[in-house]
Amino acid sequence: MSASRLPYQSWHRLGANTLPWLLPLLILGAWEYAARSGLLSTRVLPEPWAVVKAAWHLVQTGEMWANLKVSAGRAFAGLAIGGGLGLLLGLLTGLFVPAQVALDTTLQMLRNIPPLAMIPLVILWFGIDEGAKLFLVALGVFFPLYLNTFHGIRTVDRNLIEMARSYGLSGWRLYRDVILPGALPSILVGLRFSLGLMWVLLIVAETISSSSGIGYMTMNAREFLQTDVVLVGILLYALLGKIADVAAKGLERVCLRWHPSYT
Amino acid sequence: MSAAARTQLLRDSAPAGRERPVAGAAIPASDRNGLAVSIRGLEKHYGERQVLRGLSLDIARGSFVAIVGRSGCGKSTLLRIVAGLEQADGGRLEIGAASSCPACEDRPEVRLMFQDARLLPWKSVIDNVRLGLPRSALPAARDALRDVGLEDRAKDWPAALSGGQRQRVALARALVHRPQLLLLDEPLGALDALTRIEMHALIERLWREHGFTALLVTHDVQEAVALADRVVVIEDGAIGLDQALGLARPRARGSQEFAALEDRVLTRVLQQHGADPGALASPAEQIDALRQEGVRWVI
Repeated sequence: MSASRLPYQSWHRLGANTLPWLLPLLILGAWEYAARSGLLSTRVLPEPWAVVKAAWHLVQTGEMWANLKVSAGRAFAGLAIGGGLGLLLGLLTGLFVPAQVALDTTLQMLRNIPPLAMIPLVILWFGIDEGAKLFLVALGVFFPLYLNTFHGIRTVDRNLIEMARSYGLSGWRLYRDVILPGALPSILVGLRFSLGLMWVLLIVAETISSSSGIGYMTMNAREFLQTDVVLVGILLYALLGKIADVAAKGLERVCLRWHPSYT
Repeated sequence: MSAAARTQLLRDSAPAGRERPVAGAAIPASDRNGLAVSIRGLEKHYGERQVLRGLSLDIARGSFVAIVGRSGCGKSTLLRIVAGLEQADGGRLEIGAASSCPACEDRPEVRLMFQDARLLPWKSVIDNVRLGLPRSALPAARDALRDVGLEDRAKDWPAALSGGQRQRVALARALVHRPQLLLLDEPLGALDALTRIEMHALIERLWREHGFTALLVTHDVQEAVALADRVVVIEDGAIGLDQALGLARPRARGSQEFAALEDRVLTRVLQQHGADPGALASPAEQIDALRQEGVRWVI
């Protein structure tokens, strides 16, 4: 009985595994066909195969790796500066009420300024070199980490803190064993928000002006109407964003093993 | 001599615990190391509302006292004051020989078990048990877990445990400190009836083995009569009834004396509510009504 059902089940599983990929493949096929038959001008979109070839060419010349390194370096330097500051200030205002009274109102007001609205000022301040890009990225990633760290610390279960105090935990040990682990889920949510914003801001910053990086590569290709290279650049951004997200998820999985929703 | 033998020797000569003796140290289990508690004229207000009105109570060392009362009668507040989590507005509280002062050198070892287990979800079961203790307390923590029958769950996360198991871990966490006074704030309130009866047996056994003084706050009269030497009913922030229980241990829940004592305490607890116009005519009828609803009465 079960033997007769097995083939059906395996077909079923195969279907469930392949079905989600059917539509992308169809679109890709249609795109390739449209490009080859001349329905779609290469000035609008190159054929998918040309994109693959362009990517391969960029890999071979070493251009891709060099630009990728520059862009990733900018992104993570910005994240380290802005995110680090956000985490630090979030901890400060979350743990110490005087710090909250002194800083939180100001920060909440600044939060409402979209980082991209700062571009004219940033160009005036930093010109168009590295400083401007780092500042934009750092400014954007600062607030998600700050807000979520502050919120995470403030929402740690008071009962757990009372219990820990009654077991003699205080000072640094109370922070290490109770308050920080309790705030960690929220801090990691902030990190994921920051990672998403990090790429958006980097793309904008690199598109405005730069002489290296993926943004430079795509803008340069646009000048020469190399749509295939432009597309490679766009796909690279997508790939980098995905990698950052997977890394953040992995971090959650490791740091929040104890949490029933992450196992 | 081999190196292994030498390290063994060193480990044996090292002090067992840094600050306080922990479970597994060489304290005979039969030693009655409980603390006496003396409460005189305790007062406590929350704003306008007076919760404790000059409450006085003496608890003999090593005894098991249950405090019963309706919700809001002040029983939990009393326990939190004894635990040092809250300050009284007036009156005197003495734990052990000396007057209780937080700065005293050898502070009496008082532990509180909360209604919810309050385990840290990000620490494994064993790390929860040895909370606030140095690494050297690990064997003691294992002993305490074995005491409550959960040694095989030492590496699990608290989220993987049932409600009863979590309370047993909380009990082990208190026991590692070799408490001289164990305060139980409705620790079984959230558990199902069968798990409660198992927990009653466990708490009674540990109390007999460890010899601490136990002070249990509960709204379950049967639980109080099953566990305590003495049941104290608190009404409106003062003592309404102080009933010694001369029942043999382990308690036979079906026996006549048990039922009679339970009736007596329950009648007293329910009397306070006599002014309620919707209430039944006599306390005896109320008890009959309760009996019919409550499955636990026939166990």
